[in-house]
Amino acid sequence: MRTCGATPVGPDLAGVDLANQSVIQGAVLRGGVSDGVPNGLPVDNAYVRLLDSNGEFTAEVPTNLEGQFRFFAAPGSWTVVVLAFGAREEIKVQAEKGTPVDLVIQI
Amino acid sequence: MSRATSLVSTDWVLENLTNKSVVFVEVDEDTTLYEKGHIEGAITFHWREDLQDGLIRDLISKEKFEALLSKSGITNDSTVVLYGGNNNWFATYAFWYFKIYGHQDVRLIDGGRKLWELKGLPLVTEVPTRTAARYVAKERDNSIRAFRDQVISSIGIKNIVDVRSPAEFSGELAAPAHLPQEGGQIKGHIPSAKNIPWSKAANEDGTFRSNEELAELYKAAGVDFAKETIAYCRIGERSAFSWFVLHELLDLQNVTNYDGSWTEYGSLVGVPVAVGA
Repeated sequence: MRTCGATPVGPDLAGVDLANQSVIQGAVLRGGVSDGVPNGLPVDNAYVRLLDSNGEFTAEVPTNLEGQFRFFAAPGSWTVVVLAFGAREEIKVQAEKGTPVDLVIQI
Repeated sequence: MSRATSLVSTDWVLENLTNKSVVFVEVDEDTTLYEKGHIEGAITFHWREDLQDGLIRDLISKEKFEALLSKSGITNDSTVVLYGGNNNWFATYAFWYFKIYGHQDVRLIDGGRKLWELKGLPLVTEVPTRTAARYVAKERDNSIRAFRDQVISSIGIKNIVDVRSPAEFSGELAAPAHLPQEGGQIKGHIPSAKNIPWSKAANEDGTFRSNEELAELYKAAGVDFAKETIAYCRIGERSAFSWFVLHELLDLQNVTNYDGSWTEYGSLVGVPVAVGA
């Protein structure tokens, strides 16, 4: 899979009230090239944790069959932690209403 | 009721996969994960479809619980070993549920589905066929369950532990951040409640922290172990996790789970509510 452009990396945003929700989402991929463009194989058994600005745990979701995940967070600073067999990644993000954070995470 | 009798490791599971007296049950709010792959021989219970009455907001009746377990080939003598995703929230809820109906030997897999997957342990898609059995439940033991009037009369008297995230406790969010923001009619927490998020009791891999760390966690937050304790969250699952920590791992008596939780309390007319950290 290698796509580019307006298609979200994370789950389809149809039906999501982006004006009122600050969304953090993305996809976890294994074996690709870390260039911001989705490539590699989806990791469908990763766990994605959301930590608040104090590093406190807020939520955790498993990835879906496409390796995707989504959080509905409050606007502000968050840390996304990805756990998978043999891998751990940590990414700091800024959530806001209107524009979803859409991450490509290579492990 | 101790770590030794209530909790099993993934190694224990691997050693007992073919043990006929053990029934593994994956419990979650979403059984598509079970369909994707589960521990060999495990059956699944869906938190809502199998364990909620559906018509009224309550546990299923004793008769329905007996029918569910009988259909699943679980007997009164079975060792029921529960696990699930969501850091075992729904599995600990089911553990509490099995205790309410008086099941003798029920245990939880430390780390649940997450640790199993992070260790790369095998999952299968084959759904086992189990021979139906006859299960007889006991009358409900409500000594481990709290109801709203007990909670209201406990404000400022008993330990009330709010196990939701700090943002839900303060009134900033109505639900965990990975869920649509729906919950009680209003946001906030029960006055005098101490905010000790369920997650503080768990390591990153989903296993429970040591008993020493757990005792220190609750004591440092102001929980008096000499008093009764009520745990609550939004819908009673995360608080079942903390109830498990207090009642089973730390072996404290008089610990109840308020399963009505914030979706009930935050919708009650005229009860006191607090906001802020």
